[in-house]
This record gives sequence, structure tokens and C-alpha cells, in this order.
Amino acid sequence: MTEENQLQTASKVNDFCITFCTVNGSGSATANNLLFRCFFRMGIPVSGKNIFPSNIQGLPTWYTIRLSKKGYMGRVEKDDIVVALNPTTFAKDITYLVPGGVLFYADDIKTPIERSDIVAYPMPVKKLAREAEVASNMRDYIANMVYVGVMAQVLGMSLDLVYETVNFQFKGKKKAVDSNFAVIKAAYDWAAANLTKKDAYRVEPMDGNKDCIMADGNTAGALGAIYGGVQFSGWYPITPATSLPEALNEFIPQLRKDPVTGKDTCIMVQAEDELAAIGMTIGAGWAGLRAMTATSGPGLSLMAEYLGLAYYTEVPVVVWDVQRVGPSTGLPTRTAQGDLTETYFLSHGDTQFIILIPGSVNECFEMGWKAFDIAERIQTPVIVMSDLDFGMNNWVTKKFEYPDRPMDRGKVLWEEELEKRSNEWGRYLDLDGDGIPYRTVMGNQHPKSAYFARGTGHDEFARYNEDQVVWERVLGRIKKKFETAKAYLPKPEIQTLDGAKIGVITMGSADSAVLEARDLMAEAGLKVDTMRVRAIPFTQEVNDFIAAHERCYVVELNRDGQLQQLLSLEHPAYATRLISVAHMDGLPLSARWIKDEITAREEK
Amino acid sequence: MSEQTGNQMTVNSAGLSKNDYRGAPSTLCLGCGHNAIANQIIAACYELNLVPEKVVKFSGIGCSSKSPTYFLSRSFGFNGLHGRMPSLALGAMFGDHTLEAIGVSGDGDTASIGFGQFKHTVRRNLPMVYIVENNGVYGLTKGQFSATADKGLSLKKQGTNPYLPIDIAMEALVSGASFVARSFAGDPKQVKELIKAAFSHKGIAVIDIISPCVTFNNQEGALHSYTFGKEHEVPLHDISYVPPRDEITVEDFEEGTSREVTLFDGSSLILKKLEKEYDPTNRWEAIHMLEDAHRSNELVTGLIYIDPDQPTMYDNYNLPDEPLNRMKESQLRPSRQSLDAINASMI
Repeated sequence: MTEENQLQTASKVNDFCITFCTVNGSGSATANNLLFRCFFRMGIPVSGKNIFPSNIQGLPTWYTIRLSKKGYMGRVEKDDIVVALNPTTFAKDITYLVPGGVLFYADDIKTPIERSDIVAYPMPVKKLAREAEVASNMRDYIANMVYVGVMAQVLGMSLDLVYETVNFQFKGKKKAVDSNFAVIKAAYDWAAANLTKKDAYRVEPMDGNKDCIMADGNTAGALGAIYGGVQFSGWYPITPATSLPEALNEFIPQLRKDPVTGKDTCIMVQAEDELAAIGMTIGAGWAGLRAMTATSGPGLSLMAEYLGLAYYTEVPVVVWDVQRVGPSTGLPTRTAQGDLTETYFLSHGDTQFIILIPGSVNECFEMGWKAFDIAERIQTPVIVMSDLDFGMNNWVTKKFEYPDRPMDRGKVLWEEELEKRSNEWGRYLDLDGDGIPYRTVMGNQHPKSAYFARGTGHDEFARYNEDQVVWERVLGRIKKKFETAKAYLPKPEIQTLDGAKIGVITMGSADSAVLEARDLMAEAGLKVDTMRVRAIPFTQEVNDFIAAHERCYVVELNRDGQLQQLLSLEHPAYATRLISVAHMDGLPLSARWIKDEITAREEK
Repeated sequence: MSEQTGNQMTVNSAGLSKNDYRGAPSTLCLGCGHNAIANQIIAACYELNLVPEKVVKFSGIGCSSKSPTYFLSRSFGFNGLHGRMPSLALGAMFGDHTLEAIGVSGDGDTASIGFGQFKHTVRRNLPMVYIVENNGVYGLTKGQFSATADKGLSLKKQGTNPYLPIDIAMEALVSGASFVARSFAGDPKQVKELIKAAFSHKGIAVIDIISPCVTFNNQEGALHSYTFGKEHEVPLHDISYVPPRDEITVEDFEEGTSREVTLFDGSSLILKKLEKEYDPTNRWEAIHMLEDAHRSNELVTGLIYIDPDQPTMYDNYNLPDEPLNRMKESQLRPSRQSLDAINASMI
């Protein structure tokens, strides 16, 4: 059998990984997104991860698209296909290819290809771009369409599907559609005439994306907030959170005009810094608006003092922390789950915060609206902990579902209700025994409605007070709210396998790699149950899961095993069962790494 | 103002007596200038017939920031973080933009930690009365220099201040404030009239009130002392605020020596020029005047600058008449069909 035949025998359909190696600022994102959308529309489960520098133009950027007929979305460490357009990283990029892998490269790159176990296809990128009928300043940009056309031909995609996708992506704007598609078609035809397929990778239509959409987590979070009735957002730009408020800015004009008057029902204010962003947001939350901000680690650190005030004055606000790599400025364009400990202990003194941790882009939408219900019900800040992997990458996810319940505005007394309770009401008085007092908001015209909110010691009637008994009583009552809160929080997502004695606990975006690792381990004979934590304070189900397993590996994307530490702190009786499997290098976790780590510990 | 006599308490045209505008007893030092200011806020609100429930109070941290509890106890208030009252007020006022806002800050709160928020809120022209109770010293931490302390001032334990003071009125002006005034806590009539004018102004109204600290900074010759204030105070003009429904004419003001500034609500502010022709609508003139005052070591008081037509922060938005915080779910949650359309756009 010839080498060529061997490669083709091991035909790989809808199950491989492509990495595009480009330079940032070159406009490759449009082409990458187009290919992603083509695969999505073919029904192939697909995920994409952008590895990019903290820079605007000229540095290496990688974009990886993973096709997985089984629906795995996690990162893989090796590439099946490399699309090499960056001469400076060319030699290294090739080393990531698996044996039998495929290299598509711009034929003006003259670096020698030092591997004989791969298939290499040159692409006349410059030539075809030159021949394109576009303005000269658009030539470099449209050159990216060359690899779309070549790959479509070599992988076996239908040109009709590509055309429809181009038409959709460019919103039917004829000029853009025609000029881009012309280059794709020219490249497709060139490949058909000049390349002989020697590799094993192909795509075929399937039905893996039923009821799914393509979206990123920041857009999903913003849309969720809009359907949750967000009314105010003070924000300050910071990677990787910026695109969340920008999505609010994009969608609010079309979605949030008052249906009768046509007036704005949501106010966006770009603040001078994060200190002001959170101040504005807390002011709005105190005034009775559904208020939110979005930031990342450094911004959250700056917001700590104000969030402590909101905790003690009992102001509902929602803060999105789209996590990036810290400490300090860290790696601003790389993903991490490293802010959990900070958020759990945020601000000085005895504080506590409700933390929501979405595990999919769809859940970013869902928590986008639910966060307001919880914040207003409990009258406290809610921090939603997303990360760059969700926030800035496109994911295939279930369609956004319309909220399944009316808004919960919590215990707010306007004039009439206050009149009924005016003899017993105090702003910080627990009338119901659940720790949650009733609040009034400014604008209430009842003469007894007003109170002076303050971060200094206060009694149940919001009066200044330094008495030790009162201080302890008020803080104790606030703590009680967080017990009440558990009934309103999303429960962990638990998946069990028959006979599993080992548990794997994870959170957020690490879940995609964990579920894949679970299948890999099961294939190798190691059965594990999984639990994805979705909220803190931890609910009873979390305790029960740990109790029901001999050992629980806690898998997360940070150095210190922050979730494992918090679980140990909150479940001291089980602390020795909780084993940290943590790792942080700026890249999303891979299933292989998780499997190897857990398997190695199990074999000990 | 309608006055009732006899056994009944005197009430204003809102039907409220002065007691309705009072707050809790002050816990500041006896003789503190801040108490005098709180009393003039009470008087001004009473005379303006403001309904306390239509006013919201804000403050930061420091002696000054305690004072909102000493007036308008029927108004909502929020005592925020040090230097970060402006952002708090901004967010809150979008909750109900039909209300009036008054913020009370100090020189530490505004000119040090809160300098950025102060200037950015001025720049946005958020409608609010912004009073700085300026005593040139950190009182609550017992007597450190503030950023408005005079160069060369000596304080017990602190030594001599080597830095030039920040002029809050000047900072407000160069940040684009639409109303800048300065007064002296020992001149209650002027303080009251400026507060009344400030409430009638459409945008942010900054009033820098020199308010001597009786405990830590009241040395003779220091800018923030009573003796200096009394001796060096140079009122720009006597001002008297005339509410729109008031029939009283401006009998105190002779024609030719007065200038009338029309405020947004149709009311007007009358300025009586004393020593020189002064035009408070001329920003360049205002900056020039402040610079001259520095050179001649004078405490110039009065309305330094006003632009009644400058668009406010609210003008940047298409705000509904109804307060945002009274909106119902039907106004806030988009339709199910709109979400279907969004899902359809993401394929």
C-alpha cells in the first residue's frame, strides 16, 4: 500500500482540528468566522478558540476550529490541519501537526517544510488576491478568502452552501457578497484544477446542531440582561469584558424603546474608571433600577470597596467578571478561572457575595436575566463569573430561551404598600424571618418612605448606630439572607454513570473539556460522575455529591485550585476527599490533560 | 411663599413648615461652619417650597459628608464612599430624573480622592447642587492638610504645607461647569441665596463654601479661618433669588447696577455689582477674576459663572417622562418574537 492510500484509509470525517496561523489586524477573523459558520450550517458540531496577543496589529494570532461529530467543544492540543499565513511562526506552527496532518500555506512563504509525514498544499494567495476586482486597500483583507475557497474544495464542501453563508454573513450586501465570493470561487476552482487530494480529512453534512445558534458569551450575557430588563449600566472598557457593554449598546436601541412612548428604558454610561462604573451602578441599583456593570480582574479589584458598601447597605446590582489571566495586568487576552477566591472574599470586613457561574453561552444568556431576579430578591450584589473563553469566542449553543417566569422585583414597597405597613416598617427590619427586609426607593412620596443609606453602623431603621449589640444583630441578619438565597440559586448540574465511585467537580468553561475527559476515561475503564457548580453559596446538592463519592477531583483553570479550596472550606468534613486538578497557562483546559492527571492519580 | 399666622405654624406654599425640612441634631463640633451651611440648606429648601420627598441627598466621607443627616430627614439619601459620591449620585438620579439632587462634599472628598469623579461629573453636567464644605483640613482624622490648604500653613503635628492649594471653583470652571459659586459659611444670607439659585439651575451647580474648622484649622491669617474670611471676603455682588411666583419686586436693586440671570424654570437671579463690572456669563472673565483674586489674596464670593443653557447629562438621553424606577415588566422585557428574531440572526 502506498503512503497515500494509507492516509486515505484512515478517513477522518467531521472530527478534526484546524488552526489558522495569521497576524493580528490582517482581517482573518471574517474568513475564520465564515468557515466556522459553514461547518455549523452543515450540522457539524464546531467550536472556535482565538489565541491572540494583547496588541492591535502585527503580532501572531491563532484561531482554532474544532469539528467534533460527538459534540466535544474543549480545546485539543494537536492540529490536524494548519493554515499557515504567518512566515514568522511558520516553522513552529508546523510542529503542532499530527502525523498525516495537512498544511495549507501561502506559497510566498519560502521557509522549508521539514516534515515528510504531513500533506502540504501551497495556495497562491497573493496571485489570486491581485486578480480580485476590489480596491487595492481591500486586497490584503480579501486575500483571506483564498484559504476559504481552497479549503472548501479540498475538504469537500458544497460551493452553494458557501455562497449562502457568505450572503448571510455579509447581510446580503451585494457588493461585499460578490467580491468576497468571487475570490472564494477563484480559489476553489484553482484548487480543483491544481491540487490532488492526498489527505484523509473531509466534511459531510450531518444533523448535530439542532435548535442551536452561534454566539459568544458576552453577547449572550448582554442579551440576557436586556431580556432581564436591565435599566442602567455604568461601565469602563477592559479586555475581555468590553464586548459585553458594547453588545448592550448595539442591541438596546432596537430592543429597549418603551413600547408606547418610544423613549429609552435603559441608560448606558461609559464611566471614567471602574471606581465610577461601580459607583454609578450601585447608585442606580439603590434607586430601584436593574443595574449592572461588566469588568475583568483588575476592574473587579477596583470595585471591591464599593461592593462592600452595597453588601452592607443591601443594594442589588449585577457585576459580570469576564475573567482573564492574573495576577496584575497578567495576560489580558488569555482565559482563566482565577478570580474565584477574590470574588468569594471580596472587600474588607465580613462580607459575602452571590456568585453565578455559567457553563455555556446559552447559560450566559439565562444567567443574564436571572442575576437580576436574584439580586433584587436577596437585595445584594450578584457577581456572574464568565471568562474570556466564553466571552470572546464563538460557540455553538442552544437557542436562547425566553425567560420562563415573570421578573422577581423582590421586596419593594411603593406608597400604597408602605401605607399598609407604615407602623411596622424599617428599612433593615426583618419582617418575614427570611433575613430579607423590605426596601423603599427614592421617588416614593410617602412621608415615611425615606431613609439615609450609609456604610457606617446602622440599626434596623437605618439610623446611625455604633452599639455593639445592634452591629452584631444587623450583620447576623444579613448573613441569614444568604441561607435564604440558596433556594433561589441555580443547582449544580450533575451527570452520573452507573457504578461510578469517583466524582469530578468543575465549573464554567472547563466543563466542556471535563465532559470529554469523562468519556475518554470511561472508554479506558474509569467511570466518574461529574458535577458542574453553578452558584455560590453552595447548595445542599453540592454537599451531597461530595458525600456520595470516595474521592472528588476538582478541575479548574487556575494555579491554586481555588474552587477546591472553597469547597474544602465550606465542607471541612470532606476536605480530604477533594483533590485539586488545576492548571493555568492561559489556554483552555484539554480533555487529554484532565484524563491524564486523574488517571495518574488513580493509578497511584 | 404663603405665610399663615396665629396659632398655626408658619408654612410655605408647599404647606410645609420649616420643621419639615430639618434633620437629626448635628454631631459636629460646636461652631462648625458646616452646621451653618446645613441650616441654610434647610432655609433655602423651605423658601423654594421644595417637597422633601422630591429631593435626594448624597455625600462621600468626612465631616462634611455627615451633614446630610442634619437636614431634610424626609428625603432619601445615600452616604457613599470617600470621593465617590458623584458616581453614586449619577446612577441614582437616572432612577428618577424628576427629583432634585443635592450633594455635600468636603475638600478632601472632592479635591483629593474624589478629584476625578468631581471633574467628570462636572463635565457631564449632571443636574445637581454640589456643595463643597471647604475647610482646608482633614477634620475627621484630626487635622491633616487637605489639597486646598494654603501653602506655608503650619499645623500641629503636620509641620508646614509645602504645596500650592487647589482652587475648587477654578477646577470646576476649567472642567466646564455650568454654575460655579463661592461663599463663606459665615455669610448665611449669601450661602442661602446661592443654594436657592443652585437648585434652580438646570445643570450641575458647584458651590465652594469656605467653612472654617473650629478645631483643627482656624489660625488667624489662614484662608479657611473665620478671621480671614471675614476680613478678606470680597463679595462679587449681592444676590437675591426671586422665585417665579413671587410678586415682590427687586426693590433693593437699583436699575443700572443689577444684572438679571434667567434660570431654566423662569425664575431669575439678580446680581448686584459692587466694585466692578462683572459678567458671570463670561467664562474667560471668571477665570481671569479668580486668578486676580489669587494674586491679591482675596476671597471672592458670589456667583462666579453661570451658563443656564448648557445641555445637561439628561439631554444626552431620550428619557421618558415617567421615572425609570417606576417602570413595569411590560415596559422592560422585550417580546418573545424579538428573541426569535435574534436567534434567527445567529445561524
